[in-house]
Amino acid sequence: MNGERTELLLPVHKTLLEVLREDMQLTGTKHGCELGECGTCTVLVDGKPELSCLLLPIQIEGRAVTTVEGLASGSRLHPLQQAFAELGAAQCGYCTPGILLASKSLLDTNQRPTRDEIREALAGNLCRCTGYMKILEAIELAAERMSTHSPSPLAGKEGMGRISDR
Amino acid sequence: MTDNGRYAVIGKPLPKVDAASRVTGQAVYADDMLLPRTLHCRILRSPHPHARIVSIDTSAARRMPGVHAVITGADLPIKFGILPVTQDERALEHEKVRYVGDPIAAVAATDEEIAAAACDAIAVEYQVLEPVMSIDAALGRPKDERIQDYGGPNNIHKLVALEFGDVNGGFARADHVREDVFFFQGNTHLPMEQHSAVATYIDGKVTLWSSTQVVHYVHRALAKVLELPMNRIRVIGAAHGGGFGGKTDPFAHEIIVAKLAMITGRPVKCTLTREEVFYAHRGRHPVLMWVRTGVTSDGRITAMHFKSALDGGAYGSYGVASTFYTGALQTVTYDIPAYRFEGCRVFTNKPPCGPKRGHGTPQPRFAIELHLEKIARDLGIDPVEMKRANFVKPMTRTVNWMRVTSCGLEECTELVMKASGYRERERRSGRGMGFAISSYLSGAGTAIYWNDMPHSEVQIKVDRGGVTAYCGAMDIGQGSDSVLAAVVAEELGLQPKDIRLVTADTDTTPIDLGSYSSRVTFMAGNAALEAARKMRALLVEAVEASGRKYEEVSFEEASVLAEARFGTLTTAGSYTPPKIAGPYKGSGVGPSPAYSYSACVVDLDADPRTGLIHLNKVWIAHDVGRAINPLLVEGQVEGSVYMGLGEALMEEQTFRKGLHKWPSMLEYKSPTFLDMPDVETFIVETNDPEGPYGAKEAGQGPLLPVIPAVNAAVFDALGIWVDEVPVTPEKIVEALRRRDKGEPPRYGPQRFPEIPYPPTIKVDPPPRDLDRAAAASI
Repeated sequence: MNGERTELLLPVHKTLLEVLREDMQLTGTKHGCELGECGTCTVLVDGKPELSCLLLPIQIEGRAVTTVEGLASGSRLHPLQQAFAELGAAQCGYCTPGILLASKSLLDTNQRPTRDEIREALAGNLCRCTGYMKILEAIELAAERMSTHSPSPLAGKEGMGRISDR
Repeated sequence: MTDNGRYAVIGKPLPKVDAASRVTGQAVYADDMLLPRTLHCRILRSPHPHARIVSIDTSAARRMPGVHAVITGADLPIKFGILPVTQDERALEHEKVRYVGDPIAAVAATDEEIAAAACDAIAVEYQVLEPVMSIDAALGRPKDERIQDYGGPNNIHKLVALEFGDVNGGFARADHVREDVFFFQGNTHLPMEQHSAVATYIDGKVTLWSSTQVVHYVHRALAKVLELPMNRIRVIGAAHGGGFGGKTDPFAHEIIVAKLAMITGRPVKCTLTREEVFYAHRGRHPVLMWVRTGVTSDGRITAMHFKSALDGGAYGSYGVASTFYTGALQTVTYDIPAYRFEGCRVFTNKPPCGPKRGHGTPQPRFAIELHLEKIARDLGIDPVEMKRANFVKPMTRTVNWMRVTSCGLEECTELVMKASGYRERERRSGRGMGFAISSYLSGAGTAIYWNDMPHSEVQIKVDRGGVTAYCGAMDIGQGSDSVLAAVVAEELGLQPKDIRLVTADTDTTPIDLGSYSSRVTFMAGNAALEAARKMRALLVEAVEASGRKYEEVSFEEASVLAEARFGTLTTAGSYTPPKIAGPYKGSGVGPSPAYSYSACVVDLDADPRTGLIHLNKVWIAHDVGRAINPLLVEGQVEGSVYMGLGEALMEEQTFRKGLHKWPSMLEYKSPTFLDMPDVETFIVETNDPEGPYGAKEAGQGPLLPVIPAVNAAVFDALGIWVDEVPVTPEKIVEALRRRDKGEPPRYGPQRFPEIPYPPTIKVDPPPRDLDRAAAASI
């Protein structure tokens, strides 16, 4: 869990979303529908975006889970968080953790996605405040900064980037 | 018009002051709170749209292990409601239910599952009544009984009939008169965060944390229903996950958790499920509209008669205001020399409608914009130019006494015309552009409950080099905290991040009437400006007494000098809107200290075979007076465009046998990343004479023109009128089918019902010139 080995004893029917929020105090992960419809509760499991409201703890045994609390390095924001803050991509901020994680997964596999590729990757995440525009701009800014600061030999080749850094 | 060089903070695209807490997941929303020993609450709701409650048996629920309290309407019998004239709701109903979802009983238990199981164990015996599900049915005689025991006749809630100027004379003078009927389907806010509230009861005092837009109105409702003085209740706005008007009423669950905390002595939390949020609603009214307008041969409006019928749902909510709003702002964009408005709201057995972004005005805006398009085509003149010829002018009063100060309609129109290439657009079947304009209030000029007190108050404390601003305003994501910080920072020569904020807490902050009617920047901004200027004067005086200039010393030093000279450094500012309402009953709805203006062009492809629409691009220009923070203004404008597109194309709150047709985020269609086109936003600054630094609103107005611009673009693309919202593919295909059969190429309502409007109140129009009008109105 966010890079730490974690052992929990849980009722089998609890969802990962409930476990995160209620048993681990990781309340950065939000709920919008609890039916897998809105993307709000998105977390990364082995680097891939998953809806925590549809996962049972047994399904993630032995796997790496990243929540919004695991994005920053200490008090240093992840470039996506930085760009979201700078460009006003978070208004009420409720959908933001899920969108940040889905975006991270995208940039981990595609360092310079086109706007259409970003739209496609985030199509399962609803936001009611921003009209999505500032989010698109923030992801593009973060992608630019991340690829400039840490150039990869595969940069620019879509779908060929490195997998999760976790 | 910009003079941003004058300012260090105002006009700069700075990040929101709460951005870090939002992007790290550290903002604490109501459901994130977990106080020790918290009990969890679930609410039993009516499965029937209309029924008398014969009996409620809670004995089995009370016996269940883990259940700490069960309450019913008998425990909370006092009625409440947002408007003083419609105190018609109970936190729990024990006599009669009026929509599926009406709350009946509530349980506090050690966890949510036990609370839900206990709700299932409550036995309620109903006498089912015939539900009333449409405007037509509500206008007719009820089969069993009326939904509410006030209003009338039948299930009519409110009737309004007003006439300004010589309407008959205006129509007689017209060269052309046209009538149209339009329907705007209801839709809902769909905030990403479900409503949630947590209450404690300690030492005889209730504290409530809630995802509300208005801590003050919740405070008032709690005091009334719980029968506690307001000084024994504290309401705190938790981090907010989106409102759009949907969290502006006081809600049953807020009262219920407070009552359960009082009974159990433990913290109690209630978070609504997504399905419950759909039934809590208070969203956009479905409105049927009829409009008749007379014009001269060159397109100048001579008179307008507008009728609306609002499907209000089961309770009053903001409905009386919503009804007036369907008639109030037509005149604020177009110079209408004679105007008659007849409005009607009915009760139906559906979740109550209320305010959603644009409150009561997107529906008539949709109607009037399309209606004028059609008139222009009747006359064979360009719709844009015809609208332009009728634009209201700055510094005038409208025929219904609305005071217009700054007005950037011309600039907004020119910007979107040029950027979109509307005039030179490619004309081919299947591709179209549509244009529309709008206006919205920068806060209502009158309070919900009549009083002469300020609408917003700000206190500032300077202490050991630190500045704290206190204000009751609730940041619902729109950035009101950032506006407060920007204003105070600008005046004191600091940066927003230097300002500590205490907001939306009825114990620690002075009043602000809350985040609705786009009032916060204008009203709290002006209050903050006054408080900050007073504080600056103290600091300057103290520094100058030491023989130096304010700009030469550090803020820390200035604050030490001032505290030594004056003692505790506190200042206050407040804002009371000018008394500008007209001399007639109902004049309180519509006046605002300033109106924002917007113009929009939508470019789309419409497939005549499938009726599917693909949005290519949206251009929007918004007269915000002055952008205190252009980044946040753009965010509000883009969010408004998005929400307008959702309403125009897909969002519908509709019911079958009292049940919501699609109470889920999958089935209630809203635009995704894939649906949203690129938006080009232009900020127009007209420097309003009364706004803080000239600022006006940005959060609601830009939604309004988007919807009629979509319908106009569909006509441009396919030559058919869809006189309804939303414009779904099946409506497009049906209109094309009618055209192919030789019928009128139109989809929309055919008739407006007979409504027993009262005798029309005739109101003399004010003098048009603003200065004389202002003097005359005092």
